[in-house]
Amino acid sequence: MCLGIPGQILNVRDEGLFTRTGQVSFGGIVKQINLSYTPEAEAGDYVIVHVGFAITMIDAQEARRVFEYLEQINELEDIQS
Amino acid sequence: MKFLDEYRNAEAAQGYAEAIHRIVTRPWTIMETCGGQTHAIIRFGVDELLPPQVTLLHGPGCPVCVTPVELIDKAIAIARRPNVLFTSFGDMLRVPGTETDLLSVKAQGGDVRMVYSPLDAVTLARENPDKQVVFFAVGFETTAPANAMAVYQAHQQGLSNFSVLVSHVLVPPALTAILESPDCHVSGFLAAGHVCSVMGYTEYEPIAQRYQVPIVVTGFEPVDILHGIYLCVKQLEEGRAEVENGYARAVKTEGNTHAQNLIREVFHIVPRKWRGIGEIPQSGLGLRPPYDRYDAEQRFGLADWHVDEAGECISGLVLQGIKKPHECPAYGSRCTPEHPLGATMVSSEGACAAYYRYRRT
Ligand code: SF4
Repeated sequence: MCLGIPGQILNVRDEGLFTRTGQVSFGGIVKQINLSYTPEAEAGDYVIVHVGFAITMIDAQEARRVFEYLEQINELEDIQS
Repeated sequence: MKFLDEYRNAEAAQGYAEAIHRIVTRPWTIMETCGGQTHAIIRFGVDELLPPQVTLLHGPGCPVCVTPVELIDKAIAIARRPNVLFTSFGDMLRVPGTETDLLSVKAQGGDVRMVYSPLDAVTLARENPDKQVVFFAVGFETTAPANAMAVYQAHQQGLSNFSVLVSHVLVPPALTAILESPDCHVSGFLAAGHVCSVMGYTEYEPIAQRYQVPIVVTGFEPVDILHGIYLCVKQLEEGRAEVENGYARAVKTEGNTHAQNLIREVFHIVPRKWRGIGEIPQSGLGLRPPYDRYDAEQRFGLADWHVDEAGECISGLVLQGIKKPHECPAYGSRCTPEHPLGATMVSSEGACAAYYRYRRT
């Protein structure tokens, strides 16, 4: 139940304060998702969806961080050895 | 899938595993708090990549697993009533209560339905004005925004035939309870990424300081988990005990304030019972006025009903990381996913079920 999965917003169909809703694609499977908690997310953005609600936007810039960090520690290792 | 597959990259996972091997000098025990992480660790064999000094313990973070028998029995009692349409997430249906489970109630003719989102239950209430529609609102902080919205919308729409059976639990008080236990040997935590997406991570700072444990906000894919373990081991080796964000693509320091505002509107903090652990003060959410009129326990007169837990299931010890699933005498014999004795064998996020599915040795 607790698994949140990433999906891409295809469109926003309702702009209501508590009823902001849009279609979100999960690798091609499209679902109607409540977007009230991510008012700044627009079509094209990625969100993490949990039980029908987008709970956070995915920050595309931060998304590479785990790989860059790994490169850094590996470089550090090369220098030290 | 984008933002999923790349974090399952074997080379990067191996890279982190090697980095952990390079820095570790002493034995450390790290607990992942979320059942989703437990599932991924066992499924992808993340623990098998680690040096022998690093032991992973599986924490209490599976909402299905920590919902007390009492609440399951209450759900069953409500679902059995005529004129009730009982709705729940699918994984709650097979959790054993004292005598039976919700799926059996359905087989016997009860109107029990699985929903994907709590808002589906609100829609059902609107469409079935002659029925009492009840939603089983379980979960950690990740599910609270959705459940708060369902109650809020029902209130806005004046739906008098909608109510929720609430068993909402919070992660930080559970960590404190584990750290307070005399049997605790956790040296660091991987905090549950999506709980922090909602709540942020400042709540963890006093815990890290007080108990001198590093707490690393961690995602759910193998590379994310190994990254989290690396950061945690690095802190331990350097003698630091800080809260660190290893899942920055989905977690901001302050979390999601829009969601927090609605959670605070609808819920307040209450003591909660945890299955196999017992009552933990200030460890859950309950409805606050005026939303308490949607409380199914009140509506169906069950608030004073208490059920003791019995039986041979040691899931309480498994949830606190004191025992591993295969150390339970019933594991794999009297207890299997087809015939679960405890909730940790029901949910795919439960440690017992994850071991049984991926590690039958
Ligand atoms: S194996 Fe079954 S009986 Fe044993 S702790 Fe796990 S759920 Fe409980």
